[in-house]
Amino acid sequence: MSFPWAKHYEPKQPLMRWLDEKLPLPRLVYNAIGAGYPVPRNLNYFWNFGVLAGAALVCQIVTGVVLAMHYAANAGVAFGSVEQIMRDVNAGWFLRYAHANGASMFLAVVYIHIGRGLYYGSYKAPREMVWLLGVVIFLLMMATAFMGYVLPWGQMSFWGAQVITGFFSAIPLVGETIRIWLLGGFAPDNAALNRFFSLHYLLPFVIAGVIILHIWALHIPGSNNPTGVDVKGEQDTVPFHPYYTAKDGVGVGVFFLIFAMLIFFSPNLLGHPDNYIEANPLSTPAHIVPEWYFLPFYAILKSFTADFILPAKLWGVLAMFGSILLLFFLPWLDNSPVRSANYRPTYRWFLAVLVVDVLVLGYVGGAEATARNVMLGQIAAAYYFAHFLIILPLVSAAEKPRPLPNSITEAVLAKHGGTSPAQTAMAG
Amino acid sequence: MATAENTIPPGENPAPYHEETHDPRRRDFINIAAVSFAGVGAVAIVLPLINQMNPSADVLALSTTEIDISKIQPGQAIKASFRKQPLFVRNLTPAEIAAADAVDVSSLRDPQTLEERTKAGKKNWLITLGVCTHLGCVPLGAGEGENKGPFGGYFCPCHGSAYDTAARIRQGPAPKNLTVPEYAFNSDTVVTVG
Repeated sequence: MSFPWAKHYEPKQPLMRWLDEKLPLPRLVYNAIGAGYPVPRNLNYFWNFGVLAGAALVCQIVTGVVLAMHYAANAGVAFGSVEQIMRDVNAGWFLRYAHANGASMFLAVVYIHIGRGLYYGSYKAPREMVWLLGVVIFLLMMATAFMGYVLPWGQMSFWGAQVITGFFSAIPLVGETIRIWLLGGFAPDNAALNRFFSLHYLLPFVIAGVIILHIWALHIPGSNNPTGVDVKGEQDTVPFHPYYTAKDGVGVGVFFLIFAMLIFFSPNLLGHPDNYIEANPLSTPAHIVPEWYFLPFYAILKSFTADFILPAKLWGVLAMFGSILLLFFLPWLDNSPVRSANYRPTYRWFLAVLVVDVLVLGYVGGAEATARNVMLGQIAAAYYFAHFLIILPLVSAAEKPRPLPNSITEAVLAKHGGTSPAQTAMAG
Repeated sequence: MATAENTIPPGENPAPYHEETHDPRRRDFINIAAVSFAGVGAVAIVLPLINQMNPSADVLALSTTEIDISKIQPGQAIKASFRKQPLFVRNLTPAEIAAADAVDVSSLRDPQTLEERTKAGKKNWLITLGVCTHLGCVPLGAGEGENKGPFGGYFCPCHGSAYDTAARIRQGPAPKNLTVPEYAFNSDTVVTVG
């Protein structure tokens, strides 16, 4: 499951030897994230973001478990209990701001992690399963983030719950029944708040479980690298520990610096003032927008304004879910045998356009629904789907990749002015 | 498909049993029967686990509301609460009724006349849920001075759906007219909704 030259776990201390015979947990850790896992020697800082996502999950679980000791999931007192956490609980303000901004940090590093996978072709064979599990984690994160946002029971919480559960009412015939079943009532209320709290507590542990599968699936072929070229021999790798534990440590430090800046200097930068007004089922805020990390998907939802065979509402919901489910098919939509965009001159440009396109969608998702913004959103949404369904298959068929290095070591040496690599034709 | 059971005539001693020649074997049958029994039991346990998600009795108990409409002047509307959802009760002016009647019903996205959306002889009382049929926001237009939208009825600020004076969808992403709940006039001034 690993390279043959991987170091073997050999406990020296009698106690560790005894433990290794009874329960080889230290061996598992050693082989997973210790010196027993050989990693390509040329990883750049974009490879920090998996570990950063793990760190963010740990922060969320720790702060979340503590917040749950003070929070009351009852529609009558939930808003008040959050205010009590903010004002009265010792360090409560810190825990809540860390948890709320921690969600943003988690999604931010995961978006960069996904972008890394797109740029360096980490979704391609033999790592398709790693990618598929990653998309599952992303979906679970979105569900968890949404339900967590409902818990403070402010205006944005309530109307977010109303709008998002409203997606299900777009399903023909049974939609309204499903919506009432999900909410346990005709509108978001105590029943919905309680079940959201229960699931919000549960899902992070499900995410942790899928992350274990994600890492397990990753360790079968081993990590990808910026050249996208397979590891050819021992000279191409270094042990994960101490080389990448150290490099990841740098990233973790920067991560916590930015996290601390958010918590201590602008804790409400990414929130909405309306969520400090208690939920009122009889009054919708003038401008409902989701948290920043959902804005591109919200823009896709909003871009369907006319019925076409199916109602516009159903199209919007299908397109929004489709925009994520599409990622499950990515490994088979992109047929280019070259992984890294560094050697794919055409794909590289289209990927840059896609990033801009998603940023435009994010802007439209948060903007007022004026005629100009709706048009902009429709174009950007159409491009999003065109990128994956039309452009990617065509580019991967037509593109002439740049010559790949023979090995990771050759690429590393060439970069540092060593022996000039013998240029080769594209792999495969 | 022949089973071990129906190859034995009733009332006779079974012939020497050759396990290999029968497919499925008796043991297979016992396996299938046991797993099926456990499966039925598992389904029986799953049902209450699914059903507990449905609205509970106390939520359903709030499903009727009485509303006094005596103080609503023509042209005015009130917001009440029905099943924890907003309810709009609107006293239409003759001009608003005329505007609703002037529309060609076949041109509507969700074709309905004002008569179909009100009670006989009470055509001025338009009672609808205040829940946009798009994604459930509360449309504006029931409160004093709120934006009634381009068709003089209700306007949803979330995604720009506009409803006319019969609360029918005329513009924007919502697929249906504002829902008319079940209701009855107890007297000229009291309505029971639900």
